[in-house]
Amino acid sequence: MAVLLLGEVNDGELALDPTAKAVNAAKVLGEVTVLCAGASAAAAGVAAATIEGVAKVLVAEHPALSHRLAEPTAAMIVSLAGDYSHIMAPATTDAKNVMPRVAALLDVMVISDVSGVVDAETFERPIYAGNAIQTVRSKDAKKVVTLRTSAFKAAGKGGPAKVETVDVPGDPGLSEWVEDKVAESDRPELTSAGVVVSGGRGVGSQGDFALIEKLADKLGAAVGASRAAVDAGFAPNDWQVGQTGKVVAPELYVAVGISGAIQHLAGMKDSKIIVAVNKDPDAPIFQIADYGLVADLFQAVPELIEKL
Amino acid sequence: MKVLVPVKRVIDYNVKVRVKADGSGVDLANVKMSMNPFDEIAVEEAIRLKEAGTADEVVAVSIGVKQAQETLRTALAMGADRAILIVAAADVHQDIEPLAVAKILKAVIDEEQPNLVLAGKQAIDNDMNATGQMLSALLGWSQATFASEVKVEGGSAVVTREVDGGLQTVKVKLPAIVTVDLRLNQPRYASLPNIMKAKKKPLDEKTAADYGVDVSPRLEVVKTAEPETRQAGEIVPDVDTLVAKLKERGLV
Repeated sequence: MAVLLLGEVNDGELALDPTAKAVNAAKVLGEVTVLCAGASAAAAGVAAATIEGVAKVLVAEHPALSHRLAEPTAAMIVSLAGDYSHIMAPATTDAKNVMPRVAALLDVMVISDVSGVVDAETFERPIYAGNAIQTVRSKDAKKVVTLRTSAFKAAGKGGPAKVETVDVPGDPGLSEWVEDKVAESDRPELTSAGVVVSGGRGVGSQGDFALIEKLADKLGAAVGASRAAVDAGFAPNDWQVGQTGKVVAPELYVAVGISGAIQHLAGMKDSKIIVAVNKDPDAPIFQIADYGLVADLFQAVPELIEKL
Repeated sequence: MKVLVPVKRVIDYNVKVRVKADGSGVDLANVKMSMNPFDEIAVEEAIRLKEAGTADEVVAVSIGVKQAQETLRTALAMGADRAILIVAAADVHQDIEPLAVAKILKAVIDEEQPNLVLAGKQAIDNDMNATGQMLSALLGWSQATFASEVKVEGGSAVVTREVDGGLQTVKVKLPAIVTVDLRLNQPRYASLPNIMKAKKKPLDEKTAADYGVDVSPRLEVVKTAEPETRQAGEIVPDVDTLVAKLKERGLV
């Protein structure tokens, strides 16, 4: 058995954390080959070659692959698929865009957001916002899988594995990239941060969200938000933690003014330690928090910032 | 321009899900069912395109059990012009996989020839996030997933997508598949007169066999289990105690 794993490459750079976590999950299934695709992907390929458990790296460079558009990226993966029993990727928005397309082109069912690898054909995945865990066995000849990175530890340093370049089928010309609006931030990336501070509807306004950011900066944390806070316009969508946003599992998760709807819990309940600050003593978040503080956040958070 | 919107009947967003004791799945008997929330957003966007004069017909399609006609009536009450129900399962517990759904939708699209398909980015039951992408692959069309803004301009659509790092804008050639995210719009409630009118709108009923699609699952469900539960911890009296606890655990 052999695994082709799509590395997470953004603007020519390898996102090491999600890629190394996916490699760790995949390597029990067989030899892992990482594909780094982009307009320039050679540097990403060199970085991927140093992940423990990677047997080989394939570098695919073509302007059509520069923004990971689904159509050319899926065509690229399908052109390599013949040699592999498993095609896998960390479940980022890029991979969620591309991998179901790959699966359909191969006439197999995609297995999304896998949280546990049981054996070569059996996988665990959360359904119903994590309210149930389903174990599925694939009858398909090839398994196309995305891996929930918060469920796996990152593989360490190893290698270097050998790096080869591969031909690119080219651009089917179906879609074109217009622009990216990437929020620049010095804070750690949300899905790999050791500490996350999230704000909910209780924060009350976009202006008051600065308080959440201040606490996050004090803790060296990433900033998250509940869907309610995003819907209300207090925080941008890429901060959203939950069923339809990002899934995180940091050492410490601080939920401020978040009631704890099941859709939010789906994105953070695997955190090691959960702290909740909420003025409503009946908020469901307290049922899963390790430490709960029933208090007005506008008093408690400034005090917390001062005393930490 | 014709817009096709696939809609799925799922357990209502607010219902607490219960895993069946025998581990065979989630209990859906006598549970409130509704239109998948992302699909509601897709229906809303299609209707807005019609109201803006960009689209002239909105067709809603649902694949599943016979009861999905209620979901289609909701789409019609919101403002869709007509509906197609494809009965593919007899038991409400049988979920039709995205690959089979995509194959049936492809057959419907071959007949209907829409210029745009607006679909929800994922269904809140199986959380697969796959049908739109798979359909796009089978048709060889362009795709734009996780849309927070859709502008149709001539022969293409400019779509802003919610991605991990922020937002990405792509221009896709029509016909295209666009899957929609939460912030695209706020779906309307159907008014009582529109609910009454919807009862008279055309709703065709077909079966998966009519399209020659095999819906047998590729993924065998081995078991369905409750997730590990977290125990509630302790309520601390004040900020000082909280800080002390976090220091004790070496977290700050």
